[in-house]
Amino acid sequence: MELTGAQSLIKSLESQGVEVVFGLPGGAILPVYDPIIDSSIRHILVRHEQGAGHAAEGYAQVTGRPGVAMVTSGPGATNIVTPLANAFMDSTPLVVVTGQVATQSIGTDAFQEVDITGVTAGVTKHNWLVTNARDIPNVVAEAFHVATTGRPGPVLVDFPKDVANSLTTWEEPGPVDLPGYRPPAAADPAAIAAAAELVLAAERPVLYVGGGVLKADASAALSRLVELTGIPVVTTLMARGAFPDGHRLCFGMPGMHGNFTAVTAMQRADLLVALGSRFDDRVTGKVSSFAPLAKVVHVDIDRAEIGKVRRPDVAVVADCRLAIEALLAALRERAAARPGALDPTRIAPWIATLDEWRERFPLAYDRAPAPDARGGPPPLKPQYVIEQLRAATPEDTVLVSGVGQHQMWAAQHWRFDQPRSWVNSGGLGTMGFAVPAAIGAKVGRPDRMVWAVDGDGCFQMTAQELVTASAERIPVKIAILNNAYLGMVRQWQHMFYEERYSEVYLSPDLPDYVLWAEAMGCVGLRVTSHEEVLPAIEKANEIDDRPVVIDFRTDSMEQVYPMVPSGLSNDEIVLHPSQQGLAR
Amino acid sequence: MSAGSPRLAAAEPPTGSGPALVPGSPSPRAGKRLRHHVVTLVVENKAGVLVRVAGLFARRGFNIFSLAVAPTHDPRLSRISIVVDVDSAPLEQVVDQLDKLVNVVQIDELHPLDAREAELLLVTVAVDGVSRSQVIQLAEIYGGKIVDVGPGAVTVRLASAPEALDDFEEVVRPYGILQLQRTGRIALPKLGYES
Repeated sequence: MELTGAQSLIKSLESQGVEVVFGLPGGAILPVYDPIIDSSIRHILVRHEQGAGHAAEGYAQVTGRPGVAMVTSGPGATNIVTPLANAFMDSTPLVVVTGQVATQSIGTDAFQEVDITGVTAGVTKHNWLVTNARDIPNVVAEAFHVATTGRPGPVLVDFPKDVANSLTTWEEPGPVDLPGYRPPAAADPAAIAAAAELVLAAERPVLYVGGGVLKADASAALSRLVELTGIPVVTTLMARGAFPDGHRLCFGMPGMHGNFTAVTAMQRADLLVALGSRFDDRVTGKVSSFAPLAKVVHVDIDRAEIGKVRRPDVAVVADCRLAIEALLAALRERAAARPGALDPTRIAPWIATLDEWRERFPLAYDRAPAPDARGGPPPLKPQYVIEQLRAATPEDTVLVSGVGQHQMWAAQHWRFDQPRSWVNSGGLGTMGFAVPAAIGAKVGRPDRMVWAVDGDGCFQMTAQELVTASAERIPVKIAILNNAYLGMVRQWQHMFYEERYSEVYLSPDLPDYVLWAEAMGCVGLRVTSHEEVLPAIEKANEIDDRPVVIDFRTDSMEQVYPMVPSGLSNDEIVLHPSQQGLAR
Repeated sequence: MSAGSPRLAAAEPPTGSGPALVPGSPSPRAGKRLRHHVVTLVVENKAGVLVRVAGLFARRGFNIFSLAVAPTHDPRLSRISIVVDVDSAPLEQVVDQLDKLVNVVQIDELHPLDAREAELLLVTVAVDGVSRSQVIQLAEIYGGKIVDVGPGAVTVRLASAPEALDDFEEVVRPYGILQLQRTGRIALPKLGYES
């Protein structure tokens, strides 16, 4: 049957199981928007192409399926470069289709022409320029294959207008033929055996769990590993929820704003088992003094991560779930042959030490702040808002955040007990991520309540997507922690620039977030005192037919603690002022 | 233009030693050259592949000393030989990152001692009535060929081991190098080392 290239593309997306596309049409992609009318695919019309990309990321992070976005050439395509870079850093499977000028115009500086495959080569796993409509089914199949296998990531398919308009036929794509693409799967038994021996010999081991555990759907396997070995767990920013915070062996988040116990556990450990984590600078602090006593087992599906930052003693290049299962089997085998090999008393003193640290150095903030100097009510602490939000929302709520102080407070003070319940921008640190990502998350998991904790600076970058959410009846809920500042920058100026605040003040009232929310078809609420927090959250929770925005007026002076100052050793961790001076 | 042209002077570190070099003898710079590794890639012969490879080097901060690319005996594949500065990044990291490129089908790293290397040089040397025969003679000693002759210059083509090209450059430099182009080294594993 003859069909157009545009129809072939839509049919190819359908055959890949695509249910939803986030996008915005324009000249070069116009032909593809016609067959969308007749397609089973739901198209969600965003207000800015960046929103399409982040929404697709939010969708992918909660579902584990690739997010799909479609935009036009030129500015449409460049507007989605940030989400591609974000997805590349956070290993999020994304398929982005960009329109392109007709093939005979490529290279002529035609209207809305940009060499987007060139621009995005460094921020995609791979990209394709389709030059013949016959290739469409295979290219789309390759694109989804590359995006979702191995270390997941974003890909881009550039689609010239004449290819979209040309007549072709559609055939079921054959097996993907990419001779240079061979993602690893199973772990090398010798490496697993070596890892097992290190685990059995360790007295102060830590499981350093990263986002790869979530990508590999390895949470259940990880739980079995913890139950078998009793080894304590830390979960990185990208891995919050990969292991339940409520578990007695979960010690929370390490890193620049990690809690004392998680940070110090790694510093004192004699073995780090890194599972799908990449020794990011925000986790290691000064690399030369990171975990100085530890042997390292590094499990990663991306061979290039092995030894990139820290040379491991044992490298396991494999899918995290398969690697953990193989390690479990190897440990059980050894425990059977050597009774007592997994005797929990060996690491009991270590666990006792961690428990003691957790008791003495919990995450801290001023829970009873004094009234402000002018006699007004005490300032609202952002951490309090997050704790109240957690307490008032269902267990399986999906939490989304932007980037900055609010993100760190959310990662610290929310209790994550389920995988894929936390969506944030980790590696790239993309302000403005939260609102569109929350929309994508809600589309992916309409059965879950989706809350975004956002900053006032972040919110202003992508708030227009709430128009999308209202129009499409996507009832996301946004909690703005409005401290009237670019708070994290302010915090650095406070700590490292002698309180010389340069270009960080935003004003709490300009814009008026409640009016703005209502103008976008949302319910807007404002909270200025502790007493109003819970009622506002409860009211928001009851609204399910439109988005809700709550403008929480929070304490401008609040800082994120603990903090490992940039470039220093994790041993230099700075605790909350109320804990400073406590003997460690 | 003379042998002391700034561009060439900048590209070539001073050697200090005289031009008394014989083909096959150890070059005074041989020790330094072991900082280089040759990475040979077999890539799909598709548009944009070279950009992806070169772009990866730029992005990751790896330095390239030279690069040669051409189709292999299989027209669907090309071979790229890259001489990598192993001081700029651990070789393992360079190889692992290159291996992630979807169009890279095969990758081999070759220590110079395990490789058969070759390179092609074209050089135009200023000559006069006296020096013309000397330059022609030097070209013959090195196994080169005179491919062009002008009133005040000759152009020599020399295909050989890269170190021999270095040496030949030094011996003709005093006569005045007017133009010079090298292809960058290409390499295959020595037989017996092939994986």
